[in-house]
Amino acid sequence: MKRSGLWLAAAAVVIYSVAPFLWIVVTSLKPSLEIEARPPMLWPRDLSLESYARAQKGHGVTSLLINSLIVAGGTTLITIPIAALAAYALARLKLRGRRVILSLILVASMFPQVALVHTLYGMIQVMGLVNTRPGLSIPYVMLTLPLAIWILASFFKEIPEDLEDAARIDGCGPVRTLVSVFMPVAAPGVFTAAILTFIYAWNEFFFALVLLTDPARQTLPRGIALMPGRFTIPWGEIAAASVIATLPLVILVLVLQRRIISGLTAGAVKG
Amino acid sequence: MSRARFGLVLILPALTILTLFALVPIAGSLFESLHHRTAAEPVARFAGLDNYARLLRDEEAVESVGFTMLFVGTSVSLELGLGLAIALVLHQAFRGRGLVRAAVLVPWAIPTVVASIIWKYVFDDRHGILNYLLFGADLNAYLVWLADPFWAKALIISADVWKTTPFTALLLLAGLQTVPGELVEAARVDGAGPLRRFFVITLPLLRPAILVALLFRTMDAFREFELVYELTQGKEGTSVLQFYGYKVLFGRQDYGFGSAISCLVFFLIAIVAFFYVRTVGTRLFEEAR
Repeated sequence: MKRSGLWLAAAAVVIYSVAPFLWIVVTSLKPSLEIEARPPMLWPRDLSLESYARAQKGHGVTSLLINSLIVAGGTTLITIPIAALAAYALARLKLRGRRVILSLILVASMFPQVALVHTLYGMIQVMGLVNTRPGLSIPYVMLTLPLAIWILASFFKEIPEDLEDAARIDGCGPVRTLVSVFMPVAAPGVFTAAILTFIYAWNEFFFALVLLTDPARQTLPRGIALMPGRFTIPWGEIAAASVIATLPLVILVLVLQRRIISGLTAGAVKG
Repeated sequence: MSRARFGLVLILPALTILTLFALVPIAGSLFESLHHRTAAEPVARFAGLDNYARLLRDEEAVESVGFTMLFVGTSVSLELGLGLAIALVLHQAFRGRGLVRAAVLVPWAIPTVVASIIWKYVFDDRHGILNYLLFGADLNAYLVWLADPFWAKALIISADVWKTTPFTALLLLAGLQTVPGELVEAARVDGAGPLRRFFVITLPLLRPAILVALLFRTMDAFREFELVYELTQGKEGTSVLQFYGYKVLFGRQDYGFGSAISCLVFFLIAIVAFFYVRTVGTRLFEEAR
């Protein structure tokens, strides 16, 4: 009795969580006649990749995908080394003003984009980077940096203290201790922080909305939001592009769920 | 090089970026909010607190504050309740638990704007599955959900609950895992029923995790933007502050007033952040050796 109740609850949780996503997958695989059908059809009678072809032809979904990969990948590559160094200093070294810096970082991760965007837009304009991928990566680095530092600092604190002591006794200087002794041990945590940084940058919409008006430079979330026409909404194409934007993340989540969960809860509960 | 100096060198790049691209922009918004400036009148005139006084007179601003508060209050409470229920399920040992946990992460991983579009499709009056599930083939009964002030609000909140409950559930699950099993077991041996065990032992021990989730989600909910942008564009009284700020800054190009709205969001979050830093922060703040 208790077992079956638990299974029922678990099934409800799974359905609640994945049903909307599955619905958009199903929609993306319907031929356009079935998408337009009224009343709506639950299951497709025929499967078709028509919507994907149209999303490519009409909206260049592969170039959106490439832009997203470059922006999110670039952001991760810049954010993670900077964050790792800062987190090392905050978690492992005696640093003056540590409390103030940590509070600042924690608060900075909560800044609302709308309060930053006005001045940021002006700065990026002055640098001549409006409508470029670097112009979007700069705000993204700022956006992901506090989060990455926070996650990394709480991972780094878990690593036994003897590590650096042993290195020092062996005659390692501070730089070598960090690069050749500490970082290899800390690599799994760094990898986790990198995944989360990538996901945050991949999903960001607000800055992309404001900073990228050129369709050729847009990321997937921005491109998808732009698809509805003035009078009609091409649900099939939107569904196809949404699946393309989401599938990589769903796979990431399925494969790396343990890491992602430990990263998400790091610092918040363990500290 | 002393260790302290070395630490300073390591943290300098991060601090430079945050100062330049986070603190300077915030200061820029504060400065702009104290001035009158629009695209039509690009020369800034000092305005004192005029733009903030305008927040009280501006009907849409008052409405946005109202719905932002309703949104934050309702969605965060629902997320905590539902998140706790899901966390309790995930905390049980059963076969396939890993799969359920992965499934729960799906709404979290979906880009918010894509999630918003999925829900827009579900709620759509012509092709939406919601109408179909409720009314079947009876097309005349189909409702235009998002044009109704009550349903527009309720559906925006429910879509947000769907998207963010997983995160809350995982935070609470991590909290549950720190509750010592022996304690619960001892209470069971002493004859406490499951409800009593939950309320007398688990819930009090879970308080820190609940507090963290509550504060974190509150700050995040104040930043709501995508759902409103996609589902209603702020119509039917569903404008939230971050959306209204965006609209005034980039639509009306009223930089002074738009910045005042943005700063209001910032201040509201800063108040919550103050408590957040005090609760969460202390754990990371204890000195490194």
